[in-house]
Order: sequence, then structure tokens, then C-alpha cells
Amino acid sequence: MATPDLSVSLCNIRLANPTILASGILGTTKALLERVAKNGAGAVTIKSISTEPREGHKNPTVITFEAGMVNAVGYSNPGVHAAAREFSNLQTVGVPVIASVIGTVKEDFVRVVEGLAGSGFSAIEIPLSCPHTPGFGLLAGQGTPQATFKITVAVRKATKLPVFIKLSPSIPEICAVAKAAEDAGASAITAVNSMGPGMIINIEAHKPVLSFKVGGVTGDALRPIAVRCVYDLYKVVKIPIIGVGGISTGRHAIEMLMSGASVVGIGTGVYNRGIDVFRKISGEMLQWMSENGFSDIKSMVGVAHD
Amino acid sequence: MIEQPAMVKICDIHEDSPNVKTFFFECKVGFTPGQFVMVWIPFLDEKPFTISYVKNNIVGVSILRRGAFTTEIHKKKVGDGIGIRGPYGRGFDLRTNLNVCIVGGGIGMASLATIIERLPDAIVIQGARTAKEILYKDRFKDMKLSTDDGSVGFRGTAVDLLEEQLKKRSIQKVYGCGPEMMLYKIVELCKNRNIECEVSLERYFKCGFGICGQCDCSGQRVCVDGPVFTGEELSKMDDFGKITITKTGERVIH
Repeated sequence: MATPDLSVSLCNIRLANPTILASGILGTTKALLERVAKNGAGAVTIKSISTEPREGHKNPTVITFEAGMVNAVGYSNPGVHAAAREFSNLQTVGVPVIASVIGTVKEDFVRVVEGLAGSGFSAIEIPLSCPHTPGFGLLAGQGTPQATFKITVAVRKATKLPVFIKLSPSIPEICAVAKAAEDAGASAITAVNSMGPGMIINIEAHKPVLSFKVGGVTGDALRPIAVRCVYDLYKVVKIPIIGVGGISTGRHAIEMLMSGASVVGIGTGVYNRGIDVFRKISGEMLQWMSENGFSDIKSMVGVAHD
Repeated sequence: MIEQPAMVKICDIHEDSPNVKTFFFECKVGFTPGQFVMVWIPFLDEKPFTISYVKNNIVGVSILRRGAFTTEIHKKKVGDGIGIRGPYGRGFDLRTNLNVCIVGGGIGMASLATIIERLPDAIVIQGARTAKEILYKDRFKDMKLSTDDGSVGFRGTAVDLLEEQLKKRSIQKVYGCGPEMMLYKIVELCKNRNIECEVSLERYFKCGFGICGQCDCSGQRVCVDGPVFTGEELSKMDDFGKITITKTGERVIH
């Protein structure tokens, strides 16, 4: 059999393989995006940008445990003005670059999207699902179908680029939120953000480790939940799904595709297997596909469904 | 490697200078000179510090008082607890039988102290602003000193002293740590003379293990790809000596 084809088209964006650097991991500078691209990512996402600069929470902001990671970084970012300087001429990154945009009210999202308009981004991702930053995501009530609809409509009007809406796995009505996003004109659903929030307590210090006390849980612990969310979403939305949550190996990626994702996001996997996790996952996918008679990515998407 | 902060008890404290204290504690982890640990004070903050002392199971970190966190650490007493995770990062490569010169500026000496112990024949240069700020005077007897005000040793910089040594002797490798402009000059000097060098950089760290991207320096993560880089690597890192990244992620001039 010929070598399987890993390339995919996501909302008319061509990706050489289905691995995408998830937002919040390494996406702070253009130089790091270039490095991740050289390490095999099919596309990359920048760390979320707000209208104004934010220092985020104090350290510790990220802590690992035996089944993944808990983080409450608190959306530290230089604000849209500095971000537009940092992320310019993105064509040189070599792979499509996705802008992650955050806001407290819908006008903020629009301002940031407009501020980044000349940078060469291939798509806009809107996380309405952060579990640990006051004023944003779940802590600002953005995870309801109503709020998601309103923000998506506003962003949809502000850009011609594909708009991805990123959802929380911790909302029981995730399918209703996804449907609201689709109805409002979203181009794809990113599922899922970190879950929880969770907490890790240091028993000798008698205190939570994270400075914000609680944080979003990612990695292996999240994977079965993310796979289930994508499986459920695949049944209710027609737009593509970017499956994210605990993917570190080719097998994990294929499992996510089979649940219904068109492409996969990689975050905590960078910690588990290094910055070249993207190349490793692609290699493992190719081998498994060859051994199991799959010639392309599309033929695996959603096959776990009846 | 300790993944989550382990609470350790401070078993000894040395006052190295009016603004620097070394805190000692028991910690059974493998360690390469130049690596760092994240030191945690619950509900306050967590910051990276290089290990400046290691003997059997006793480890020390030398901390310069310069902000809210380090001021709080300086109030700690023997018997108090602090959280430690790590060690992290790529340390110095000591597999060398070359003629070595070790150059430290200010608190940068902390990163070099464990190399000095392992390379007893190395020439050691320490630069400080004034005599009172010279570190480890009793620990290392043969250091060549420079101060900005001339209150001890040569009046001038550690880089001046290095330049003099490079003229006098056949130095084949230089290890450095200190303010980035000093490191930049060291790397330039070594490049011009075709001498190997390794220096340790400082950036604002969050995770400490290479995923948050906060400590980027031209695509290199200072926390895991460094903090020690070779002169050759640094020659490809345009931000070295010029740009650092703040807590918000904004690029600022060094």
C-alpha cells in the first residue's frame, strides 16, 4: 500500500498533517511558532490575546501531576497592540497560524480581531471556556448558549477568516453551546478546553499549590472526557471539530479522529514527549494507518459512530 | 526530579553579603551545575534559583534580595519551610580537560559556584559593584576580583579582567554568569579569539519545564533548552543581549 496521506483541509486551510499546537502552549512569540512548525506541527495557535496587557496570576501557574497538568496562568499576554507587532508577516512561520482571542465583553473580541487583521493569521479561535480567569470564559458566563451566540455573531461580522469556538468539557450542555456557535456562523468547534477547575494541595504546606488555588486540568486525565465530548458534538454539529485533550501519541490522535474530530490539538503532549511531539505523532499515525489499511485522515473521522 | 513542590526545612543560613543569603536544606536529587530549582512560598509566589551549593544531601540556593518575594525569603529562619521543585534545565557541560576561566558578575556567581568546586585548576574572576558585594570570599580563596568603585581588586569590570587573562594565558574555555550585557561581551570576546564558552541566561519563568513559552529567547526556551547556552548557540539567538520578555509576554529592550 502507498504511504498514507496525512494532509487535511480544515475550513479550506491546508494542513500537511492534522496536529495543531493548542493555544496557551509555547505560542508567546513568533520565534517559538517557527520552531514548533519545524518540529512537525500542521498548524499552530498563539497564546490568547486580550485588548490590554495582562500579567496573569502569580506563580505557581502550571503544575504537573501523574495524569497531566493543572494550570491557572490567568491569560498573561502583552495586549493586542504589542501582539500585532510580535505576530507580523506570519507567512514565514511555514504553517497556518491561528489567533486565539479573548475578551470580557463582545466588543473586546472585535477590537482584538480587528487589531490582528493585518498579521496574516489563517483563522481566529475564540475560547469561551477558560475555568480560571475572572472576567473571561466560564468565570464571565461566556459558556452559555446565549453568550456564545452573541460573541460568535460579533466576531463573525468582524472577520472573513474562519472562526473556531473553543468549548469547555465541564459544561453539561456542551452540545447546546456548540449548536449556538454553529447557528451564529462559527466555522469549526474546538473541543475541548481544560476541564474543572481542579486543585492540587500540598499536604506538608497545607495549601493549594497554584497561586489561584484552582486551575484547568489537561493531559491524560482529560483525554477520555475530551473524546466523549467530541463524540457527542459530532452528532449535533455539521461544522468540523478540532479535538483537543490529552493527545500525546499517534494512537491518541487516531482515537480522537475516530470520535469525530477532523484534526487534533496538542498541548500537554509537549511536556510529555518534547517539542517534537508533533513529528512523533505524525510518524506513529502513518505507521498505524499503514498497518490498518487507512489511506487518509478523512477515512478515520467519526468511524467510532454507529 | 521533584515534580510538585516538596516542602523542605531550612537547616542553615549564610549571609554572603548585605543583600545575599544562602539557604541550605536537605534534598536528595541529582543535579548538574547550572541547573535551577523553583522555590515556592505558599500564597506568595514561586521563582527560579540556581543551586549554588551541594554536598552530600545538603543543597543551597543563594538569593539576592531585590523584590517582594526575595525580601520575604530573606526573613526566613532556620527551621522554616520552603517549597522546592526541580532541578530543571540544561546545566554546564563540564566534560573538559581544557584550561578554564570562570567569570561571574554579581549574583551570577551563584550559578558558577558548583563548577568552581569541580574544576579546582580554573581561573576564577568575580566582578561586583563594591567590596561588600563580593560573594564566597571564604569559600574560594584564589579569585581575581574587580569592583566598579575599586574598593577591592581591580577597578573596572570582570570583562576587563577576562580580557587581561586571555592575553596572558592560553585559556581554552570560559564559563560565565551575570548581567546579560556582561555575558554578551564575554561571548563576543570568546568568538573573536575562537575560544569555547558557555554562559547561563536569566529570563522570567513560569512553568520551568518548557511549555508556557514565557522565557523565549529567539525560539529557545531558557528554562529547558538553557539556561546554559554555548557561544555558538547564542550567535544564532538575536534576542541575546538585546531583548527580554516581561511577565505579560511583551518584548522589551534589555
